[in-house]
Amino acid sequence: MKELGAPFPMSGPAVSKHLRVLERAGLVRRGQEAQWRPRSLDATPLKQVMEWTAPFRRFWEPSFARLDRYLTHLKAEDRANDD
Amino acid sequence: MTTELQPGITIYETPTDTEVVITRVFDAPRGLAFDAWTNPQHLPHWMTGPEGWTMPVCKIDLRVGGRWRFGWRKTGGEELVMEGTYRAVDRPERVVYSERWGPAWPETLNTLVFTERGDHTVITLTIAYPSKQARDAALGSGMKDGSDQSYARLDALLRTLRR
Repeated sequence: MKELGAPFPMSGPAVSKHLRVLERAGLVRRGQEAQWRPRSLDATPLKQVMEWTAPFRRFWEPSFARLDRYLTHLKAEDRANDD
Repeated sequence: MTTELQPGITIYETPTDTEVVITRVFDAPRGLAFDAWTNPQHLPHWMTGPEGWTMPVCKIDLRVGGRWRFGWRKTGGEELVMEGTYRAVDRPERVVYSERWGPAWPETLNTLVFTERGDHTVITLTIAYPSKQARDAALGSGMKDGSDQSYARLDALLRTLRR
């Protein structure tokens, strides 16, 4: 765990807490050896989320980019009407 | 889990086995954002998905029990229709509606929430499937061996979307 937390500016307990969340989400597996418990990353659940949300992303990303621009246009129109 | 919301970034989550949640913040006051999502004069200007699609059909009867119907067309002829019924309409905060692609597809119950954040608006769209099986059928393996016409239609759209 010390090894895992080394690159991050956070305390040992904070690292433990993050690891527990990732373990609950099924993203990190805990091994068991005599003196230490090596963790390994299992990204399968992330892949699944990416697959399930892919059709939504393909539809909504270009739509939302258009909506951003369209709202800017509507706001300008509103301001013009206020004047 | 904390997620950082800022304009231009969409967050996609699957908080339960039956839900997909899409969140995005827009640089616009809530009333305007609500209109852009619920007024048939506005929707075809932006809710057209990937390049090459238009939205020639956009019918909205925005009241409880009222129906909506959206139709998209791709250059070259592919078409897609979606429809449903409004279950709750609380302007400018919330709209709940059913959504259907066709008889072979599970009807979803969608909740659209508009939350004010300063002069921005956070929009959260929750899509709820009737069961995990229904979600898997719609978003997972079911797509690969669909035989019904709607299946084929959605399949075609998804293929386009994945390109």
